[in-house]
Amino acid sequence: MERILYFPGCALKDQARGYEEASLAALAKLGYEVKELPRWNCCGTVYSLAQDELMRHVGPVRNLIRAQEEGADEILTLCSMCYNTLRRSARFVEDPESLRRINAFMDDEPDYRGGVEVVHLVQFLEEIGVEKLARAVVRPLHGLRLAAYYGCTLLRPKEVAVDHPDRPEILERLVSTLGAEPVLFPERVECCGAYLTVPRPDIVRERVGEILRSAGLAGAQALLTACPLCKFNLEERRPLGAPRIPVFYVGEALAWALGVREIPAEIGKLLSTGVTG
Amino acid sequence: MDEVEVKAQPKTGMVTVYIMGQAYRVPAGLTILKALEYAGFRLVRGVGCRGGFCGACATVYRLPGDYRLYADLACQTTVKDGMYLAMLPSTPAERRPYDIRKAKPRGETLLALYPELARCVACNTCTKSCPQKLEVMEAVQAALRGDVAKVAELTFDCLSCGLCTMRCPAEIPHYHVWQLARRLYGAYLAPKAEHLARRVEEIAAGKFDGELDRLVRLGKEELRELYKAREIEPE
Repeated sequence: MERILYFPGCALKDQARGYEEASLAALAKLGYEVKELPRWNCCGTVYSLAQDELMRHVGPVRNLIRAQEEGADEILTLCSMCYNTLRRSARFVEDPESLRRINAFMDDEPDYRGGVEVVHLVQFLEEIGVEKLARAVVRPLHGLRLAAYYGCTLLRPKEVAVDHPDRPEILERLVSTLGAEPVLFPERVECCGAYLTVPRPDIVRERVGEILRSAGLAGAQALLTACPLCKFNLEERRPLGAPRIPVFYVGEALAWALGVREIPAEIGKLLSTGVTG
Repeated sequence: MDEVEVKAQPKTGMVTVYIMGQAYRVPAGLTILKALEYAGFRLVRGVGCRGGFCGACATVYRLPGDYRLYADLACQTTVKDGMYLAMLPSTPAERRPYDIRKAKPRGETLLALYPELARCVACNTCTKSCPQKLEVMEAVQAALRGDVAKVAELTFDCLSCGLCTMRCPAEIPHYHVWQLARRLYGAYLAPKAEHLARRVEEIAAGKFDGELDRLVRLGKEELRELYKAREIEPE
């Protein structure tokens, strides 16, 4: 069994537990032993990197040190926000002067030597390859029109993008492999409003309305995301009149197709095979 | 970082300590608290049990040739030659009101009352300043991921000395958060002590009233003998 070190992040231990459980079950089915970091702290959050402060990289780099302590050169993330923050910090300390200053500040830890790569689940699945993944699919999601909503953190800034930042296809390839029909829609790479959900929910409502209408017009029956905040906004900030489209995590759809998680009734009835459960 | 070299410390004789900027010669081997008194300070605040339990004597100090700002309890730390120190008689921090009967034992309760928790940048300064050697930053992280039981467990030995709270760049009032977490844990998450509930019922039903009445009427000598012969729970 191949082993991969894993960084969960706070949301996946609290509000987005289902994403973690489904993803880990699916990865186990694919033959991977996913080992959670014995110690980890908050990724640092994407929001914190909006300020150009060295201090904001201490948290993320401390997590890279934890991976280094485990002898890993790769760390898996499921939450796209954690992926974004950790990967950007990993890039940041590629600059020797930044790395030196971070290490000098963290005198309570062994120096970070660099070289730990941060990998998102969708990249990990891409590495596994379509053929192997397709062979593992036992309940293909035939007939389901599934639209991938990338949002920001899988694509921007482009140094950490999991695919082409404007015309990504990586999630659509996954959707096809799982047997569903990928649906493209213009708003799929636009921002949901993110953290503005706290101080300016009106802006987020407007954004979510645009996204849902765009997906609805394209014929999406369900949305796929890798971000707990996008999911929250798409569900909780839906304006009146916008279509109600269920939102699921990437790991959930994967787990349905691999037969390790129940297919919810609202999805089961959309499948051409009509098979649920 | 390379370790800072600290010069060898004398075990006997006199050492020089700088208390709030003023040099004093005090005997080696004294605790900071005793050295303060030796130097003539009368301690009214910033002193308590003198046994390392109450957390009243929070102290910060530096040592010559070392950039670090150390934090410790004055009653538990011996003076070192060249030590620069200051006492922190109290730590200003606001305790937010809540109703324990209505509060939910979840991370959102901690974050709603103390949203500054989310300002943590994982700098670990809190952990480095804890005289109890608690994993303070790990407790902040457990709070952020909603694990109230873990917060309670990690902070069980917190003395509320306030040193982490004074040092925190995110300005988190740690010890108030920990107290809330432990109360939530005690009220909702800890296994219920059924034997305690039974005993409370027994007391209410008057089972021990007779014995108590007898004790009240005993003389001093009889009480002393009874105390010596009391049953002590094994360690």
